[in-house]
Amino acid sequence: MTRLIFTLRENPRQRLDLSPLVSHRLAGKSVREIERLELQTTRHRIEVGDVFRLRMGDVEQICIEGGGERFDYVGREMAGGELLVEGDVGIQAGRLMSGGRLTVRGNAGPWAASGMKSGVFQITGAAGDRLGAPLPGEMSGTRGGIVVVRGDAGERAGDRMRRGTIIIEGDAGPYAGGRMIAGTVVVLGRAGRLPGYLLKRGTIFLGGCGALSPTFVDCGVHQLLGNRFMAAMVESHSKRAAKLMRQPLRRLAGDMAILGKGEIFVRNGASFLSDT
Amino acid sequence: MPNLIVKGVQVDDTFAEAFGMRATALIITADSTKWARQAAVTMTGMATSVIGCGCEAGIDRELSGKDTPDGRPGIRVLLFAVSTAELQKQVQTRVGQCVLTSPSSACYSGLEGEELLRLGDGLRYFGDGWQISKRVGAKHFWRIPVMDGEFVCEATSGLTKQAVGGGNLLIIGRTAQTTRAAAEAAAAAIAKAPDVIAPFPGGIVRSGSKVGSKYKGVSASTNDAYCPTLRGVVKTELDSDASSVLEIVIDGLTSDAVASAMRAGIAAIVKLGPKRGATRIGAGNYGGKLGPHHYYLRKLLP
Repeated sequence: MTRLIFTLRENPRQRLDLSPLVSHRLAGKSVREIERLELQTTRHRIEVGDVFRLRMGDVEQICIEGGGERFDYVGREMAGGELLVEGDVGIQAGRLMSGGRLTVRGNAGPWAASGMKSGVFQITGAAGDRLGAPLPGEMSGTRGGIVVVRGDAGERAGDRMRRGTIIIEGDAGPYAGGRMIAGTVVVLGRAGRLPGYLLKRGTIFLGGCGALSPTFVDCGVHQLLGNRFMAAMVESHSKRAAKLMRQPLRRLAGDMAILGKGEIFVRNGASFLSDT
Repeated sequence: MPNLIVKGVQVDDTFAEAFGMRATALIITADSTKWARQAAVTMTGMATSVIGCGCEAGIDRELSGKDTPDGRPGIRVLLFAVSTAELQKQVQTRVGQCVLTSPSSACYSGLEGEELLRLGDGLRYFGDGWQISKRVGAKHFWRIPVMDGEFVCEATSGLTKQAVGGGNLLIIGRTAQTTRAAAEAAAAAIAKAPDVIAPFPGGIVRSGSKVGSKYKGVSASTNDAYCPTLRGVVKTELDSDASSVLEIVIDGLTSDAVASAMRAGIAAIVKLGPKRGATRIGAGNYGGKLGPHHYYLRKLLP
């Protein structure tokens, strides 16, 4: 069966809530019913048909052709199927996603993959601040699944992450993997200052890093089997991440300011000067 | 139905009687095949019979790096026990004492199963708080710091309740040497069969047993009907020219795997012929009332 395609007619005049455009919420609906779904975030009503031209197809394979910084909540609570966005997305894309495959061929705004539980979320461009992070008041960020950002990520990527894997193939802003409870964050480029700030448990791989908190302690250079096994698990999502994980890496344990059961692996030879 | 003669080897018109068991498979890897095999041999040691060992265990096959979770050479071992609780106990003890301790080793589940046994989930406590849990996709494993780096162990392994224990062949010959040659040929053929083990030394048992004993508290005793030296004094199953009997016991993850292995074993004995090998093939049973799996030799001929 062919894909269900939403093609952008014109840029919307307000921010849109695109969370209805996921497989389980479209299943069983007719073209007319889908076109009448409301997407507005203000008092001015906007329906799917106002913004998109719809070509009906399999609700398990959705494609949104065209995007923008105002396209919020794309793939929110998505539970299965495939959703592809040919363009940028706004805030909270893939938030609370529990299955399926979400692909954004463009950039994503802040809080992408926030509270994600399972599935695969790929962003071919850059991600905004607080990738996978919790909203204010929430106890944990990403709880499972795999997030791959081909470009850079903003600050606090993987904040309060509990489980899952976040791979950033470019650089990351300050506080990458901050306050992590567990899980894995990989930054192939350079992470900004204070990566792993208040890290409880969990693993952070860094190609290079800015100033590190002095509460991380050097455990030497190792080529660990656990990392090789992880590499095999993530290779289908990012060959470059797998390559980094297989290298001899310097293990820095911390954050000793709190529990200290976490670890940062830094490429051997990369600078990891403490920020004293 | 009369006994069959296949290429000079008599095949009894009887059947092997086998029992349902609980089983799991584990993949043990290491930096080299030598060390993977060392860990596998150690952890499957003293595991010939559930009567005295708690479980029956052995090596199923060698795996190349392409077929193991971490890309290193590995060995797949199978463990069989009469209950899930006993199997769980044996897995924990044997992996904890023999695989965790072996240099460069790692241990993974070698079987998918709806029900699961604790593997790393139990052994993680060796890490004394420094163990690290990792979950990637459907895989959950533990990294336990040890003196040569890390012991990586999958959290659980699959359990099957479809396993069969006690498939067997009785190999009867004119001399000890020719009988042993036939048994070795059969054991070598069975070792190549997938999803089965022959848990006795080299796959061969010379002290086949019957149920019960004249002594109180002894659950099994020598199978006197097949002891050549007792041919004149007990109700024997042996012909006048038989002077040696060896048995191969086969445990498999499925009934089909046991049948295939028995077929391979019979073919190897028949191929060797009666001059260089065995003159007769039989099988052990208890009249068909105890075990639900019956393997008729006439259906397994080459």
